[in-house]
Amino acid sequence: MLKINDLFVSVEEKEILKGVSLEVNKGEVHAIMGPNGSGKSTLANVIAGKDGYEVTSGEIIYEGKDLLDMDPEERAREGVFLAFQYPVEIPGVSNATFLKTALNEIRKYRGEAELDSREFLQYMREKMKLIGIDESMLSRSVNQGFSGGEKKRNEIFQLQMLQPKLAVLDETDSGLDIDALKIVANGVNTFRSADNAVIVVTHYQRLLNYIIPDFVHVLVDGKIARSGGKELALELEEKGYEWVKEGEAV
Amino acid sequence: MENIIEKYLTQFRESTESLNGNSVSGIHKLRTNAIEKFHELGFPTTKNEDWKYTNVSVLNNFHFRKSPVQNLDKSLAEKYKIPGLDAELIVIVNGIFSHELSEISSQPDGVVIGSLKSAENDLLNAHLGKYSEINNGFTALNTALAGDGVLIYVPDNTVLKKTVHIIYLSGDDNLNALVQPRNLIIAGENSRLNIIETYHSIYGNETLLNSVTEIKCGRNSGVKLYRLQSENNQTFHINLTEAHLEEACNYSHYSVTLGGRLVRNDTNIVLDAENSTGNLYGLYLTEENQHVDNHTLIDHRKPHCQSNELYKGILSGKSHGVFNGKVFVRKDAQKTNAYQSNKAILLSDDAKIDTKPQLEIFADDVKCSHGAAIGQLDEQALFYLRSRGIDEANARKILLRAFANDVFEKIEDEVIHNWLNEIVTERLK
Repeated sequence: MLKINDLFVSVEEKEILKGVSLEVNKGEVHAIMGPNGSGKSTLANVIAGKDGYEVTSGEIIYEGKDLLDMDPEERAREGVFLAFQYPVEIPGVSNATFLKTALNEIRKYRGEAELDSREFLQYMREKMKLIGIDESMLSRSVNQGFSGGEKKRNEIFQLQMLQPKLAVLDETDSGLDIDALKIVANGVNTFRSADNAVIVVTHYQRLLNYIIPDFVHVLVDGKIARSGGKELALELEEKGYEWVKEGEAV
Repeated sequence: MENIIEKYLTQFRESTESLNGNSVSGIHKLRTNAIEKFHELGFPTTKNEDWKYTNVSVLNNFHFRKSPVQNLDKSLAEKYKIPGLDAELIVIVNGIFSHELSEISSQPDGVVIGSLKSAENDLLNAHLGKYSEINNGFTALNTALAGDGVLIYVPDNTVLKKTVHIIYLSGDDNLNALVQPRNLIIAGENSRLNIIETYHSIYGNETLLNSVTEIKCGRNSGVKLYRLQSENNQTFHINLTEAHLEEACNYSHYSVTLGGRLVRNDTNIVLDAENSTGNLYGLYLTEENQHVDNHTLIDHRKPHCQSNELYKGILSGKSHGVFNGKVFVRKDAQKTNAYQSNKAILLSDDAKIDTKPQLEIFADDVKCSHGAAIGQLDEQALFYLRSRGIDEANARKILLRAFANDVFEKIEDEVIHNWLNEIVTERLK
C-alpha cells in the first residue's frame, strides 16, 4: 500500500529525515517510535502533504502512485488520513458542516452518491456512539474550545467517518487520560481491517498496549535505527531510547 | 476646481423652482444655506483628518448631473426583490421615488410610507436636516440638491408588520448621473420598524450616489436598518446615515458592502437619552481597485446606554479599506457600555487597510473596549480542511465565510440572513 524509499526531507534548509525507508501493507499496523526531534512528526506531515517540508530525495509510492505529486486534498480523497498532533481550531465552521463537506467530496471522488442531510445524520450518529461523542459537539465550531482529549477524540471520530485506507496517527495518545486513551484505541481497533493500514506515531509505548502493532520502528536522528515486532516497544520502554542510540553507535 | 463647484451651483439655481418647498418655506432656507455651505466647503480633501485615507478628487473629473426621469420596465425591479420576504417595496430610480415600480400596501392610520417630495411641509420642517449636521460638502450638496427620497413615518404604538425594502437603481447611459436620495425615517414611541436598503446599478456610466438618511427613534422604539451596497465598479457611493435615539430604544444597523469603486459610509448613532442600545454591524468584501471607507460614530450623550460595534473586512486585489470608529462618551454618560471590534483579512500583498479606532471618554464610570486585528487566512486551518479532502478553493471559501460568521449571527431575520448569506457566499467564490 505504502512504500517509502530512501526519503530525505529538510525544513528551512535543516535536514530532518535522512534516508527513511518503510513498507506498509494492507492489514498491517506499524508503530513509529522515537525520541523528541527524531523526525516522527515530519514523516507524518510529509505523508499528508503539509507545506514547508522539502523532499530533497527519495519517493513515496502509495497504491502504485507518486504520493508526493498529489495535493493534500487529493491524498485525502485517495484514502490517506492524518490524525493531527495538534488539531486546528476553526471558529465559525461547525463540525457537522465540515464533516459533511469532507465526506461528500471524498464520496464524489470515489464515484459514490453524496449523502443528503438525513443520511449523513444517521451515519454520523452511528459513529458518534462508537467514539462516545456528544451530539452537542457537532454544532460547535471545529475543535474550538475543545479540551486536549476532546480534540484527539474528534480526530478519531473523523477517521471513523471518512474511512480512509491509510491512517497516520501523530501522537494521538499525548494529553489523554487512561479512559480517553481506551476510547481512542477502541476507535482505531474497530477501524482496523484487512483492507486498510495504520501508522501509529508515538513517543511512548502506552498506546501500543491498546493498539497492538505488527511492526515497531525506532526513528533516531532522521533514520530508522531499528525495526522489530511488538516486543521491541516493550524493550524500548524498559531500556530507553539511549539504548537504541548506543546500539547504533556500535 | 472652482469650475466644478460652479457647475453644481448652476444646477442649484436651475432647480430651485422644481424642488419641493416654495421659496418662502423653511425647506427652501435649508437648501439655500446648504448650497452656500457647499460653495464654502467643496468636496473634502485628504488634508481633512476625516478624509485622510479617502481621496475623492477623482470626482472632479466628471460632470455629474441630474438624470432625466426614466421609464423603467417593471421586471427590472423584480429581480432585486428578496425571495420570501414579505415587504413593502419602494423603488428609487436615480434618486427619484418611482410610483410605478413601488408596491406599497394600504397602511393603518397615520403610517406614511412614501416619497419625500410629496411629504407634508410641517413634517419636513420639524425633522429634515435636524439630525444630520452639515460638516462636509457631500451632506451640503445632498441637502441643497436632493430632489426626492423616502419618507417613513410610524406613529406611536404602531408596529410595521412588513419590512420596508428600498431598492435603489442608479445610473444613466447618456450622462454621469448625480443621484441624491434624501430619506427621513421617524419611528414613534413604542413603534417597531425594519428597513432594508439595497443599492444596484442599471447602467455602466460613472455615477455619483450621494445619499443622506436621517432616522429619529422615539422612546422605547425598535428599529433595524439593513444596507446592501452592490453597485458596479463605476459607482462612487457616499452615504451618511444618522440615527438619533430617545430613551430606551434599540437601533441596529447592518451594513454589507460588496460593490462600488469608491464607497464612503458615514454611519452615526447618537444616544441622546438613557437606557438605549445602538448596534453597528458591518461586513465589506473588496477586490480589484475598490476603495471602501467605513466611518462610524457612536455618541454616548446620556447615562446607562450601550453600544456594540463589529466590522469585518475581506480585501483582495489592490483594494483599499478604511475603518475609522469613533466612540464619544460624554461627561454625563456614566455607566456606559461601549464595545468596538474591527477585523480584516488581507488576501493579497497589494490589498491594504487603514484602521483607526478612536475612543474619547469623558465620563469616569464606564466600560469601553476596542480591538482591531488584521491578518491573513489561517494557513493551518486551510491545510486541516484540505487534509480532509476539501479542495483548496472550497476550503478558502469556507474559512472566509467563517470569518464573516459573527456578523451574520447578528442578523436575526431569517429570510434576510439567508439571502445575504447566499449573496456573500457567492461572492467569495
